[in-house]
Amino acid sequence: MITAAAQERQTYLNESYGLKSWLLTKDHKRIGLLYLGTITFFFFLGGIFATLIRLELLTPKGDLVAPDTYNKLFTLHGVIMVFFFLIPSIPATLGNFFLPIMIGAKDLAFPRINLLSWYLLVIGGCFGMYAMLAGGVDTGWTFYVPYSSTYSNTYVVATGLGIFIAGFSSILTGLNFIVTVHRMRAPGMTWFRMPLFVWSNYATALIQVLGTPVIAITLVLLICERSLHIGIFDPARGGDPVLFQHLFWFYSHPAVYIMVLPGMGIISELVSTFSKKAVFGYKFVAFSSVAIAVLGFLVWGHHMFVSGQSVYAGLVFSFLSYFVAIPSAIKVFNWTATLYKGSISYATPMLYAFGFIGLFTVGGLTGLFVACLGIDVHVHDTYFVIAHFHYIMVGGTLMAYLGGLHYWWPKISGRMYPEGFAKLSALTVYLGFNLTFFPQFILGYLGMPRRYWQYPDEFQVLHVMSTAGASVLAVGYLMPLIYFTWSLRYGAIAGPNPWGATGLEWQIASPPPAHNFDETPIVTTEAYDYAALEAAKVG
Amino acid sequence: MGSELPLFPVQASSIAPMVDHLLYFLLAVSVFFTLGIFFSIFYFAIRYRRRSESEIPPKVEGVMSLEITWTAIPFGLTMIMFMWGASVFFAISRPPDDAQQIYVVGKQWMWKLQHMEGQREINELHIPVGQAVKLTMTSEDVIHDFFVPAFRTKADVLPGRYTTAWFKPTKTGKYHIFCSQYCGTKHSDMIGWVYVMAPQEYQAWLSGGTTGSLASSGEKLFQDLACANCHHLKDKGRCPDLRNLFGSTVPLSDGTSVKADEAYIRESILSPAAKIVAGYQPIMPTFQGLVTEEGVLQLIEYIKSLTPKPGAQTGGPGTGAPTQKISKR
Repeated sequence: MITAAAQERQTYLNESYGLKSWLLTKDHKRIGLLYLGTITFFFFLGGIFATLIRLELLTPKGDLVAPDTYNKLFTLHGVIMVFFFLIPSIPATLGNFFLPIMIGAKDLAFPRINLLSWYLLVIGGCFGMYAMLAGGVDTGWTFYVPYSSTYSNTYVVATGLGIFIAGFSSILTGLNFIVTVHRMRAPGMTWFRMPLFVWSNYATALIQVLGTPVIAITLVLLICERSLHIGIFDPARGGDPVLFQHLFWFYSHPAVYIMVLPGMGIISELVSTFSKKAVFGYKFVAFSSVAIAVLGFLVWGHHMFVSGQSVYAGLVFSFLSYFVAIPSAIKVFNWTATLYKGSISYATPMLYAFGFIGLFTVGGLTGLFVACLGIDVHVHDTYFVIAHFHYIMVGGTLMAYLGGLHYWWPKISGRMYPEGFAKLSALTVYLGFNLTFFPQFILGYLGMPRRYWQYPDEFQVLHVMSTAGASVLAVGYLMPLIYFTWSLRYGAIAGPNPWGATGLEWQIASPPPAHNFDETPIVTTEAYDYAALEAAKVG
Repeated sequence: MGSELPLFPVQASSIAPMVDHLLYFLLAVSVFFTLGIFFSIFYFAIRYRRRSESEIPPKVEGVMSLEITWTAIPFGLTMIMFMWGASVFFAISRPPDDAQQIYVVGKQWMWKLQHMEGQREINELHIPVGQAVKLTMTSEDVIHDFFVPAFRTKADVLPGRYTTAWFKPTKTGKYHIFCSQYCGTKHSDMIGWVYVMAPQEYQAWLSGGTTGSLASSGEKLFQDLACANCHHLKDKGRCPDLRNLFGSTVPLSDGTSVKADEAYIRESILSPAAKIVAGYQPIMPTFQGLVTEEGVLQLIEYIKSLTPKPGAQTGGPGTGAPTQKISKR
């Protein structure tokens, strides 16, 4: 039962009503929810394309869709999932909502710019949707030239503009986070008292601000080449197609860390909360985020070992790529060590965290294979690479995102979701994911190239397994959509701190009041100090 | 539905076992760490499961020695992976000197291959077992990639430049060729077969339906395009002498010099103004659009034949099968 008092309490949700109060809001929490709606739409749109891809690949012959349609499906799947779902996913929703609260601030540093960021993503998305509805785009999300600049007859310019505009959304979010973390921490919230989710979003913001302008200029050059025929990339016009690949991956490799670093931050929160332990090696975990952000800029050439770049460039990029593996390994070891002598709960967010650690471990270790020159020549552009990056982006980022959503949902909505149903969805996602993508490692080593509409018969059994897994995965993703919606009305009242967690966000009411804190909090303890939390409760 | 379930590709080149051994090492390391992490998580999750909601577990401080250990050991292992991987990569990247030359031109959506002896194939490559083969490749349009999984090698095929790949087949049989760089509508149809044949079968295949050696095709093209009007081959003409050109160092008018390799000759045919040989005027017209990428490769092979190989007499214009009219594309 909802008590009259709880109904009357002023929260960010009931502070004002009407469409206008949402579309013109400057509240970081409401903007976070605007993002949540937007990226959920793009996620299911990208998911529909993935479903069609998997259905086409059920049989060796191309018999479901035409080859051009298939090429558009995997391009739109990649473009939407990367630029309109994964990159904004965690920072723009959960980061937007919780980063200010976690450091004791009343909002982000630039609330209007924050709203502008969301509009930019939506406008960029509209360009992408226009390209999709007008006839699609078939270059692959990587837009390699001269195919994209000269040969493709599809809507490359509209798609490129969409990504260009959405890129500014990412830059501005990053800028907002950097300034907020520097300037708006509550008294006593020193750098080394910040929750690790804040550290990882800070590191992510550095990449967003420094890396995104490079993809922006690359896309502008591509658009100029395509529409004005200036010779930058096309060798027929005196350009260099490998230059495009350098520029593209200079952003798009660090972009992988834009996607996965915030997820790592969530996992640190979850592992700590659900074992009631401070994260083991806090400083190592914090600095490893910054190390990943910096080293991530130095390894782009490992996407190009067979591109025609020099053998020595290949050597340098392989060498540096192994450096970036180390901070990721440090995180995994420290999360595992955090569990030692903990009080471990199997609540749904923790199941997602376990899932993340397992899948990210496999994704990270297979990264060693593709960073290895001798092996990459064989597995490059095969399903091995597809499997590897889906283990990182879906097994990693998406598991973390769902874990974070389950963790913070009571705070966002004030309601609990049905725990049993949620546990079932976590298990379904984990099993479905492995069945979908593990066979693709084997397919890749056998030599199945990516972006193939048809394939030789001997690969079919593995493709059927993969498609079967994808259908399980789809069910796993639909379940949270159903029970989260259900919980908005029927879920049990959550209370301020249902998990016994330490962060500042758990010390205020659920859902939070419009200005987060009635009075500015003063921080006196380290992050994840469960003894102090217990003492405060008793005292 | 096919009922076979292959789990590992055939090893059909000298490189393949090297790549696979490296794979086994990485697999062993990965399985060790994966099992270690999985076992630790399961053990901790069960051993330290929450027994009461109010329990507060003891505080465990981070341990520096542990952090250093699990930083140093993975770092050492990755450096082994790097060095081992680099050594295999050098083997993949460097064709042996005795490799037989084959030219490959990719276009949407087919592979065109030319043998030195003059055989031309589409989407098929016949080679003898035990003989190293070097592919010199270019594209007429977008980027493609020549990939033979059984040989564990691939290389992008780019417009406007030559890339190379090589392999030494060790097992007769029929192996997939895939284009593995996305190239448009029929990317997945840009496939073919490598036929690795016993030497005597290969000889039989070679002698059937030949159209004259590659160099002789190049010689014919050299005449058709009237190259010989300027590039005299008997005395010094208005243009640089092509005899003994290939492999030599050419002084340029801007004071620099360039090694006369395939890429230089290609550039000189298609963009003659790009590099001017010292002492000559930039009077050569471009042959862009007048000669196909395959034609350029034939011309290169002809020009190569004007430089006698030390200790070898093959490849000259007069050797091989008698010159016949080549069928234009």
